[in-house]
Amino acid sequence: MSSDVRFTDFKSDKQPTWCPGCGDFGTMNGMMKALANTGNDPDNTFVVAGIGCSGKIGTYMHSYAMHGVHGRALPVGAGVKMANPDLEVMVAGGDGDGYSIGAGHFVHAVRRNVDMTYVVMDNRIYGLTKGQASPTSREDFETSTTPEGPKQPPVNPMALALAAGATFIAQSFSSDAMRHAEIVQEAIEHDGFGFVNVFSPCVTFNDVDTYDYFRDNLVDLAEDDDYDRHDYNAAKDRILDASKEYQGVIYQNENSVPYEKQHGLTENMAEIPDGAPDDAMDLVREFY
Amino acid sequence: MPADFNWAIGGEAGDGIDSTGKIFAQALSRAGRHVFTSKDFASRIRGGYTAYKVRTSVDQVQSVVDRLDVLIALTPRTIEENLDELQEGSVIVYDGERTTMQGVEIPEGMIGLDVPLQSIAEEKGGAIMRNVVALGAACAVANFPIEHLDSSLEKRFGGKGQAIVDNNRKAARAGRDYVDENFDHEFDYDLETTDNDYVLLNGDEAIGMGAIAAGCRFYAGYPITPATDVMEYLTGRIEQYGGHVVQAEDELAAINLALGGARAGARAMTATSGPGIDLMTETFGLIATSETPLVIVDVMRSGPSTGMPTKQEQGDLNQMVYGGHGEIPRFTLAPTTVAECFHKTVEAFNLAEKYQTPVYLAADLAMAVTEQTFAPEEFDMDAVEIDRGKVVDDDTIGEWTNEKGQFKAHALTDDGVSPRSFPGTAGGAHMSTGLEHDELGRRTEDTDMRVEQVDKRNRKVETAQEREPWEYREFGDADSGNLVISWGSNEGAMVEAIEFLEEEGIDVRFISMPYIFPRPDLTETINDADDVIVVECNNTGQFADILEHDALTRVKRVNKYNGVRFKADELAEEIKETLSQEITA
Ligand SMILES: Cc1ncc(C[n+]2csc(CCOP(=O)(O)OP(=O)(O)O)c2C)c(N)n1
Ligand code: SF4
Repeated sequence: MSSDVRFTDFKSDKQPTWCPGCGDFGTMNGMMKALANTGNDPDNTFVVAGIGCSGKIGTYMHSYAMHGVHGRALPVGAGVKMANPDLEVMVAGGDGDGYSIGAGHFVHAVRRNVDMTYVVMDNRIYGLTKGQASPTSREDFETSTTPEGPKQPPVNPMALALAAGATFIAQSFSSDAMRHAEIVQEAIEHDGFGFVNVFSPCVTFNDVDTYDYFRDNLVDLAEDDDYDRHDYNAAKDRILDASKEYQGVIYQNENSVPYEKQHGLTENMAEIPDGAPDDAMDLVREFY
Repeated sequence: MPADFNWAIGGEAGDGIDSTGKIFAQALSRAGRHVFTSKDFASRIRGGYTAYKVRTSVDQVQSVVDRLDVLIALTPRTIEENLDELQEGSVIVYDGERTTMQGVEIPEGMIGLDVPLQSIAEEKGGAIMRNVVALGAACAVANFPIEHLDSSLEKRFGGKGQAIVDNNRKAARAGRDYVDENFDHEFDYDLETTDNDYVLLNGDEAIGMGAIAAGCRFYAGYPITPATDVMEYLTGRIEQYGGHVVQAEDELAAINLALGGARAGARAMTATSGPGIDLMTETFGLIATSETPLVIVDVMRSGPSTGMPTKQEQGDLNQMVYGGHGEIPRFTLAPTTVAECFHKTVEAFNLAEKYQTPVYLAADLAMAVTEQTFAPEEFDMDAVEIDRGKVVDDDTIGEWTNEKGQFKAHALTDDGVSPRSFPGTAGGAHMSTGLEHDELGRRTEDTDMRVEQVDKRNRKVETAQEREPWEYREFGDADSGNLVISWGSNEGAMVEAIEFLEEEGIDVRFISMPYIFPRPDLTETINDADDVIVVECNNTGQFADILEHDALTRVKRVNKYNGVRFKADELAEEIKETLSQEITA
């Protein structure tokens, strides 16, 4: 780790092919700032991305990185962290990737509580496949595959996380650059699974959950002096309040002990002996 | 008296059949006898017939036979299930006082020993020891010194305190004494002991042991019969070497966790059976395309779907060789004995890292749950070599960066193998993806780069074919025109079958093949033979298909894989060229 790392060091020289104005630009910039601010550099950082417009993020960032299959970035990230706890691991993907095909992994990643950061770029639509309903789409949101709307209530990712025993739940808005970077930074600094749902508008396929919509409806919890992020019931109330969109750290469990600590994982498993371990014959003798 | 002795205990699942059988098998092994065990079990936890069979000899035993000398029957069904194997003079030990065994009929010509197992056990401290009383009775019949049971009773019950061990020893002796005192049969058995030290283990355990020896430190899996023993073996042991076992939420997660571990630089593994392999196949292509070394163990069972989960089959070969969309370079190894499970696991890790590919290890139920004795030297830890392939460090990374200082994780090399930089290596940061990519690992749809990367990945297989010793094991008469080929756990039975055939005056040459892909070229061997028989536990002959396909040499090929469909003019040109090659050749 070096102290003179700047956030642009996390930028690759690949030009993003995101649509101009896509919320993912802001989401990525905030992630890079947060990584630099927390003293990481590209060589000790591992970014795992899912599939989708959002999943392209790994290509536009510079670090050790893995671009997985659709929905399964979280277990890859957990594997990286368990095998080398010295690495800073960040997982990023879309709402379809995380809450639809990957919903099972999401719930288990939350309860596993590996010390990594999960950033979901929630645009409430499938972008890369050109505009179908996502699990966070509104019930009446008309798309190419749901001409009359999905007719099912959207998934509430924060409620899922809370129910699964999350130790850190936050929400941010990609165009509120300062706050977004701050919130991701807090997620990185959290001892355990730091989950951030980022409103990251799709300017091409979603004309409902737009920049204007979020700007008009966003309530920042940091502006509420009485709000205590460690208060489970207060968090539950905000999370279940469908009338507003909240920004900030909604819940943090002070007693979070990350998976690696619970399991005594400290070693970099890349380091192994040249041959079988010295006492390996003991493994054979057990079978006498 | 036959050279080998066959013994079984059978009853209902939950009767402690497995552990009782294991105690006896271990006692025989410690007495310097070779042992081969097999299990009949149903897919349920309580109820349902289950049996543990032990074949033992002073010589190596490698298979099961259709004969039982002594059967401990805890239920009437145990006798019915084994009627085919019981014969004139076979001894059946049963507890005539047990309600279900009252009035049980011993088939003609067989010897029934009615031993009050339960009452004796109760007298010695608890009904739970009734199986141990039966073991004592079996020792009396087999003329096997009961002292040899002592250490395996210690091993099994030592954790529960010395009093329990002592009670069990007494119970065993009471069973022996009961037979000696109440039956005047002269049993014609004499289980000779030797000074040899053997170890007794099954294929799953050998795979786990091989993994630790080979430096595997990260295992992720999801329980499934008959692969779970691999995970259970590693749990509690791998930690002693700084490793970790994680039970994932499903196989999709398991293989992705393992993939993460491997990308972080650990030697990583997962093990499953057919249904799990199906789920893992999605990620398999990513592993191959991102050139991640990973060992995937498929302990096959009867399929398709959930099939017969507790029964043997070798039906997943096609899935391992061809499974996954698109075309995927891979290795598939198939250990042929329990000891080979150890050696092939070590080899699988080396191949995976040297060539940066996923490696399937094709094991099967018959081998996974079969315990076999070996001289401990068969698991020679000093001989384990670890080759991590082309790993770069902070000093050597410069050889593999472009003019901008970017690391070429997928550099196009002559041997197809690129450098690897473990995370943390300065200057080695790069993207790994399942999308087609350039030398830096970045997505590309460039038709030339696509072709170059496909060729590069396939070149690894060619390189391995040249560099690795693709050896197979041969038995029987090398000059015979009768060629038998098998793979996987059939080796032991086939080796013994050769002896039966010899007695009938039939010579065979037997090749036991531990490599499925790539594999040694048997085309000439096959063409030279008169009759070629491929032995495998499946319906369609999947390995036979592959070998026939090898031997078929008449088809020439025109291929295109740069992402663009065939065009008529180009096709005409290609075909002309291919035809003219044939003319000049
Ligand atoms: C197994 C599989 N199924 C389907 C797809 C096609 N697919 C690619 S991206 C995507 C949805 C992406 O939506 P989201 O995660 O919300 O990301 P966004 O593009 O909106 O950022 C789908 C269905 C795939 N790549 N793999
Ligand atoms: S389609 Fe939507 S999500 Fe995808 S790049 Fe364009 S704006 Fe962004």
